[in-house]
Amino acid sequence: MEPLRIHQGLVCPLDRTNVDTDQIIPKQFLKRIERSGFGQFLFYNWRFDDDGNPNPEFPLNAPQYKGASILVAGENFGCGSSREHAPWAVQDFGFKVIIAPSYADIFKNNCVKNGILAIQASEEQVQTIIEKAQSEGYSLTVNLEDQVVSDNEGFSFTFDIAPYPKEMLLNGWDEIGVTLTYEDKIKEYELARA
Amino acid sequence: MQTPKNIIQKIWEQHVVHQEEGKPDLLYIDLHLVHEVTSPQAFEGLRMNGRKVRRPDLTYATMDHNVPTRERHIINDPISKKQMDTLKQNCQEFGVTLADINHPDNGIVHVIGPELGLTQPGKTIVCGDSHTSTHGAFGALAFGIGTSEVEHVLATQTLWQAPPKTLNVKVNDKLGTGVTAKDLILAIIGKFGVKFGTGYVIEYTGEAIRDMSMEERMTVCNMSIEGGARAGLISPDETTVEYLRGRRHVPQGEAFEEAAARWKALATDEGAVYDTVVEIDAAEVEPQVTWGTNPGMCIPVTANVPSPDSTDKASEKDEIQRALEYMGLEAGQPISSVKIDHVFIGSCTNSRLSDLRKAAEVIRGKQVDPSVTAIVVPGSFSVKLAAEKEGLDQVFKEAGFEWRDAGCSMCLGMNDDIIPSGERCASTSNRNFEGRQGKGARTHLVSPEMAAAAAIAGHFVDVRKFTAQEVM
Repeated sequence: MEPLRIHQGLVCPLDRTNVDTDQIIPKQFLKRIERSGFGQFLFYNWRFDDDGNPNPEFPLNAPQYKGASILVAGENFGCGSSREHAPWAVQDFGFKVIIAPSYADIFKNNCVKNGILAIQASEEQVQTIIEKAQSEGYSLTVNLEDQVVSDNEGFSFTFDIAPYPKEMLLNGWDEIGVTLTYEDKIKEYELARA
Repeated sequence: MQTPKNIIQKIWEQHVVHQEEGKPDLLYIDLHLVHEVTSPQAFEGLRMNGRKVRRPDLTYATMDHNVPTRERHIINDPISKKQMDTLKQNCQEFGVTLADINHPDNGIVHVIGPELGLTQPGKTIVCGDSHTSTHGAFGALAFGIGTSEVEHVLATQTLWQAPPKTLNVKVNDKLGTGVTAKDLILAIIGKFGVKFGTGYVIEYTGEAIRDMSMEERMTVCNMSIEGGARAGLISPDETTVEYLRGRRHVPQGEAFEEAAARWKALATDEGAVYDTVVEIDAAEVEPQVTWGTNPGMCIPVTANVPSPDSTDKASEKDEIQRALEYMGLEAGQPISSVKIDHVFIGSCTNSRLSDLRKAAEVIRGKQVDPSVTAIVVPGSFSVKLAAEKEGLDQVFKEAGFEWRDAGCSMCLGMNDDIIPSGERCASTSNRNFEGRQGKGARTHLVSPEMAAAAAIAGHFVDVRKFTAQEVM
């Protein structure tokens, strides 16, 4: 997993609430047995019409958001299924940071495991970013170490993140490798319960 | 005297392997259920790192999402077939027991776990599937995980988890006649919203919950995730114990009585506290129908489709407007006037024997409306056989339903069972998200009884009145 310390990137707004994982990656694309290549299917039913042509209304298709790496959305982002294909698609499309007022628990967890920073901001902060991102080339700088989001127009805010996911993201750790160093504890637990 | 504890706290304490400052707890997992969709990348990860499955004996796999329900051996989609073949190879390579499509124990993962007695009170249970919350009906702490966590559990039999906040959903009074567990959980999500449970584990308590069978409790716990909670559970009691007695994977004889005593001791102590408590009056719940594109968008069958003007919040107005457009509905129209094209009775929410029995009672001797295509998909081989033994298949077939083989089927359309764009389905499943049953498909979530009645009438009807009179 790639460490994430400071990230600067173009912002793409998605002004919708309760964006569920069936929208993030529709079920017909869950059949691949690889982790890669899901970006092309991100928000598929919203990005493309029935004939597979890009929907010009959808923000991700707008030329001004091409290359965006920070996705900003409404509350309860990622609700629904546990499919990790959802964060895989978000990441493979090029997003490294998501900013929303709230997330579904499983989705948020899955983001950390893949090195995606899912920032919880207030509804006002999210609305401010969505409005600012209407102008071309709007970008944000995210400093995970200091837990600060800022733009170059003087707008900034701090965000909360628990110590463990922060450490995981900053170091890009392989969690299983870390856990296996607790092997004696796991064995001890199993013996005590046997 | 010890501080009273709720069941969530008790199970948690029994499973902490390790605690340290600044980290979540390292939690031991007693049962890991695996299916074909969310596991291939996890097994691949083990292979790439030269790791093994630590406890194949605590791991159990099945195939359900991709399984065809008409001719289960004919898998038309080569990618579906590859995903199922991959699971078979992975289970062989890593020594994991698999109920493949030919196995008599095959079925939907959340149906077979309880059926086989793998699901037991006090266990920590995970699966790469958000409806793992179903197993909470037994007083197990059961939750869905992503594929990275699947790999983590395969390799270590543990997960790093922060202790959850606890939420008590108190269901006072009794459900009325014709009102089901499905109506109750929809009404709970409708009342408190699709994210009221985020960050919590729910314990359902109260008279209506105590009165429920295990199958009804599973329906309630199954949809905890639709209210945002990764897990929802119910303290074990005599009903739990009697359901499990004699099942294949539970202890037998005297050992069972000992286990039963241990299980019942897990029940929440008198006077235990929760981080949050919410209450609902079961007697006020009516049969529910979802009108929109998330499970919280539900109304009683007697009500009208809401209008964007029913809220002052801009984001909600927008959401209602978008849902109405997607669903092809008018604000203010009675939900009972909505004509349907399909009926699906099945899924991990409502495909157990009692669900099929109740639906069959509604349709016995009647005919499916000519404009409706109706299918019944039992949750497992074992449910199917038991239903056939009682002649339920005949009741359904004579009424004009198709009687299928077990699988996830039309709940999520990863197999051949898909609703065409623009068509409308009364479905006993758990999600009415856009495109869930097929691109452009319009899903209305209901109970098996309400789905059965809608199949006969061709539109939504109040099942409480329906059973009392002949169909027009």
